[in-house]
Amino acid sequence: MNLTNILNVNNLSKTYHSKNGEIIAVNNVSFNVNKEEFVGIIGPSGCGKSSILNIISNLDTKYKGRINVNKNIKIAYMLQEDALFPWLTILENVLLGLKIKKQLTKENKDYTIMLLKKYGLYEFRKIRTLAVKPDILLLDEPFSALDYQTRLKVSDDVYKIIKEEHKTALMVTHDISEAISMCDRIVVLSKRPSIIKKIYDINLENKSTPILNRESPNFTYYTIKLYGRR
Amino acid sequence: MSNEQKKYIFNIKLKKLLVLFTQIFILILILFLWQYLSDKKIINSFITSSPLKIIKTINNLYMQNNLFNHIFITLKECIISFILTTIISFIIAVIMLYNNFIAKVIEPYLIVLNSLPKVALGPIIIIWIGANQKAIIVMALLISLIVSIQNLYNGFISTDKLKIKLLKTFNASSFDILINVIIPSNKENIYSTLKINLSMCLIGIIMGEFLTSKAGIGHLILYGSQVFNLDLVMSGIFILTIISILLYLIINTIKKAL
Ligand SMILES: Nc1ncnc2c1ncn2[C@@H]1O[C@H](COP(=O)(O)OP(=O)(O)O)[C@@H](O)[C@H]1O
Ligand SMILES: [Mg+2]
Repeated sequence: MNLTNILNVNNLSKTYHSKNGEIIAVNNVSFNVNKEEFVGIIGPSGCGKSSILNIISNLDTKYKGRINVNKNIKIAYMLQEDALFPWLTILENVLLGLKIKKQLTKENKDYTIMLLKKYGLYEFRKIRTLAVKPDILLLDEPFSALDYQTRLKVSDDVYKIIKEEHKTALMVTHDISEAISMCDRIVVLSKRPSIIKKIYDINLENKSTPILNRESPNFTYYTIKLYGRR
Repeated sequence: MSNEQKKYIFNIKLKKLLVLFTQIFILILILFLWQYLSDKKIINSFITSSPLKIIKTINNLYMQNNLFNHIFITLKECIISFILTTIISFIIAVIMLYNNFIAKVIEPYLIVLNSLPKVALGPIIIIWIGANQKAIIVMALLISLIVSIQNLYNGFISTDKLKIKLLKTFNASSFDILINVIIPSNKENIYSTLKINLSMCLIGIIMGEFLTSKAGIGHLILYGSQVFNLDLVMSGIFILTIISILLYLIINTIKKAL
């Protein structure tokens, strides 16, 4: 594994201000993401996971701390909520990112259509995010809307896409088993204001796809360890 | 198609036709009754005019009074003010959308201006701009602009925030957001604003022509009332109705083209 550090988050803090008072959402969080690594962030709802991705993706520029992204590293962000433009066709929806970035070349279009054919229409949100050829994908609870069966299947597919396309991923989830089955490393956040409780390296024996990883002998070991932490 | 489905479709068409026929029937009935009552001198046709008299008056206008010139002038004023209203209010609504400070500052002014009866400004317009066509167009703008700005702005700010956020994840500029989300998701609102603008402009133009004009349908109506020629007044109103239907059809065509 090539361990070049391409993204690092340093002492990140985020406070939301409103008339009703202030909410400290993220408190002094630091972690690194290496190239082609699959990193998970888990923590209870409302602890500030989406806030961290908003900041890394530059949607939110009001924060304390430092975000360092390596030169020439492109980040794409798949939002927690689903946004489909009903006046566009599915293909136009998937090509939207390229259109906005003014990179709607024949080559990029063909690449996107290839992805669509390979992974299916159902994955249009992930493909819309992949179409702009990012190096790092930020995925915010990518499977939370799905039922358990579909979730297992789709997480397997997405894992495959990311590995086959040699992408780096930073995935937010609140499902511990899902995180263990997919990630190389897991950042565990506390309740709000979220601080890092611990960062786990996941070293599963016979590591393969997420579904099979759940059969790994030390899967349970990590599950117990992480549940204990919450 | 199953027989039941055929029957269902047939019934829908039948109901549509029935509505249309009833509408036409009511119109004919009113015209007929109007003519009949004035023929029998039950109503005073000097005051109410009558369908036949209106036709005769319009024919006279056509033969002797350059009817199409009047129509053309009113139409031209209306279209100019409609286009100006649409462009200006669109620009202002976009500025307000992207600049919250300006929006907040402007809002009370808009509300007050909106509730002010614009006819009251008539004399000032005439003094400032002069008794000419420009004054008529300004009158129409005063009447239509504020409503148009408010309609567009309210639609714009209620655009789905999530769609905007999604575009921002791709580093979209304000212009990208306007073109790719704000306008497409406000299509219905823009269309209904256009319709309102059109009728507001027509109202404004007629009011302006009442105030000051040498020609135009408003001028014909005003002149008719001054010389107590109710046939002329009614004819003017009839022509106005035709004009507004025509303009409505134009907007409809624009909508389909979009
Ligand atoms: N725009 C905002 N204004 C005020 N508070 C916010 C805003 N966004 C999120 N929060 C608050 O910050 C906390 C963290 O939110 P979020 O990052 O969405 O949590 P998570 O994704 O972990 O569920 C929540 O308590 C939420 O209410
Ligand atoms: Mg969230």
